[in-house]
Amino acid sequence: MAQGVLVFAEQVDGSFRKIAYEVVSEGRRLADTLGETVSAAVLGSGMEGIAGELGKYGADKILVGDDPALVDYTTDAYTNVLFDIVKDNDPRILLLGASSQGKDLSGRLAARLGVGLAIDCIALKLDGEKLIATRPMYGGKVHAEVALEGTPQMSAVRSNVMEIVEAQKAGDVEKVAISPGVVKTRVVEKRLEAASKVDLTEADVIVSGGRGMGGPDYSVIEKLAELLGGTVGASRSAVDEGWRPHSDQVGQTGKVVSPNVYIACGISGAIQHLAGMGSSKYIVAINKDPEAPIFKKADYGIVEDLFEAVPAITAELKKLKS
Amino acid sequence: MDIVVLLKQVPDTETLIQIGDDKISIKTEDVKWVINPYDEFAVEEALRIKEKHSGKVTILTMGPERAVESIRTGLAMGADEGILIDDPATQGSDALGIAKVLAAALKETGYDLVIAGQRAVDDDGYQVPAAVAELLGIAQVSLVIKQEIVDGKIRCERTVEGGIVVVEADLPALFTTQKGINEPRYASLPGIMKAKKKPLVKKTLADLGIDPSEVGEAKSGCRVKNLFFPPERSPGRIIEGETVEDKATELVRLLREEAKII
Ligand SMILES: Cc1cc2nc3c(=O)[nH]c(=O)nc-3n(C[C@H](O)[C@H](O)[C@H](O)COP(=O)(O)OP(=O)(O)OC[C@H]3O[C@@H](n4cnc5c(N)ncnc54)[C@H](O)[C@@H]3O)c2cc1C
Ligand SMILES: Nc1ncnc2c1ncn2[C@@H]1O[C@H](COP(=O)(O)O)[C@@H](O)[C@H]1O
Repeated sequence: MAQGVLVFAEQVDGSFRKIAYEVVSEGRRLADTLGETVSAAVLGSGMEGIAGELGKYGADKILVGDDPALVDYTTDAYTNVLFDIVKDNDPRILLLGASSQGKDLSGRLAARLGVGLAIDCIALKLDGEKLIATRPMYGGKVHAEVALEGTPQMSAVRSNVMEIVEAQKAGDVEKVAISPGVVKTRVVEKRLEAASKVDLTEADVIVSGGRGMGGPDYSVIEKLAELLGGTVGASRSAVDEGWRPHSDQVGQTGKVVSPNVYIACGISGAIQHLAGMGSSKYIVAINKDPEAPIFKKADYGIVEDLFEAVPAITAELKKLKS
Repeated sequence: MDIVVLLKQVPDTETLIQIGDDKISIKTEDVKWVINPYDEFAVEEALRIKEKHSGKVTILTMGPERAVESIRTGLAMGADEGILIDDPATQGSDALGIAKVLAAALKETGYDLVIAGQRAVDDDGYQVPAAVAELLGIAQVSLVIKQEIVDGKIRCERTVEGGIVVVEADLPALFTTQKGINEPRYASLPGIMKAKKKPLVKKTLADLGIDPSEVGEAKSGCRVKNLFFPPERSPGRIIEGETVEDKATELVRLLREEAKII
């Protein structure tokens, strides 16, 4: 009979992503409720060094698929190998992160397993042995509680939402035999930014600039972001103007983010923008128009010209730090 | 080249969403329906590929009768044919159920390339395309912002956290669109006139040889139990102060003491 929680812990270029710790921690929490164990699956090449780390967040067992064929993520190889691991371990619950990789992988794997799947979940709970997931729909205007049917019960959780909790467990590392099977896609090139740049979906602090920036010079908000250890985002208007790359866009047709603090500068607060950042823990709005709708959603609002307010905040922070 | 676009009709992103009395669906009376924004990118990309490599663009939708309007819009943009699968038995299907229907239709029409949106902005499901690709046994590439087809292969730039990965696959394949891939064209007046004469076929599950018990609510592995509105954000506080500096000082104090980020 199906038992325990299996989590997929995502690594890129030999380091775990933050989401990996989040899913292991969440898996631990569910397993404790059930009185069962957590196994973490890690796929990649040369994973011996890092795999054990997951014990610190509550993995009882770490199943490592280590093979040069897994060095880069490909839908086919990862689905084939994870499918075999799921079949061999027969978990009650299967958790992944809803990163760009996790969404791609979980969608394909669920179809192969023939089970239901809830992607981008922001809360999980158990009703007896039944997994109930909460997920935003309609750009976050509505939340849905969904029940997962089938074995395993499968969910992919949104980045930056599940709490990372340290809970040292055995963390026994076990190498599993793998067969990547037929792989139909080849990674031919990778253009990744410096590892130091935190992706918007994983950022703790985001400072975003909208049309109020008036042009492509984002240096005032870049300075503030840097001081806060944050990442710079943008509204669609700023992206459409060509001031920022598409990958910076937050919103319904951009990234859905949930940082601790979101600072919106010169952004009016259109419904499609709110769809992307409405679940941030704290929202700060800086806008010169007191009637801007963003103020209705912001925890703290400053009615000022951003080119005066943002440097003043930066200066204040510098004072504090020195 | 036979290109099929998976197109879903969804509520306009401006629409006020109201929860139905059953608490598991939304009220549809006052909803303005549009093409899912990502699927609009998919139609545009399909047309561009056709313009370059010649071929045919088919729009495939599973949905109710009203979705005809969105298919017509796609035809007016320049697609050649539309297929609507409208069958009450599909009600309440999960992603896999929808994918079974779409995959069956794709097998019937044939395809070299399938293009879908990265997500539908109603259910924000993120999974129908992957399930379709799995059922067809073809390669999938998600979140594509640029593609090029050369010698029966498609090379796609896909966005990942912190950058771009370039992936190559043999055709037939499926890819999903991401903001940045293109700017969808508007339907021109002649386009709209022409669209009225383009073929738009309607099919049921029986036409596709699908047993109704294979899809729908009863077969769903992910069932909505309860819809609710997220807690309203408490109306914010406007920080008052004599000068910009005063306001900045107060904000930093709040970020430090309440949000605890500094
Ligand atoms: C299908 C669809 C999808 C969409 N998806 C997205 C999406 O994903 N993300 C998104 O952001 N939008 C999206 N939009 C667009 C959205 O509707 C808004 O048009 C957009 O968010 C507005 O951007 P903005 O707030 O930067 O610009 P504006 O609405 O023009 O607001 C600019 C603000 O800056 C303020 N301002 C100007 N100068 C200053 C200054 N010097 N100091 C302080 N404040 C100043 C102004 O008072 C104003 O409030 C979408 C729209 C549609 C139809
Ligand atoms: N009922 C449908 N008919 C046609 N295409 C669909 C349907 N549902 C989903 N899709 C396609 O799958 C994509 C992702 O949808 P989803 O998985 O629901 O977020 C959409 O952008 C469409 O391209």
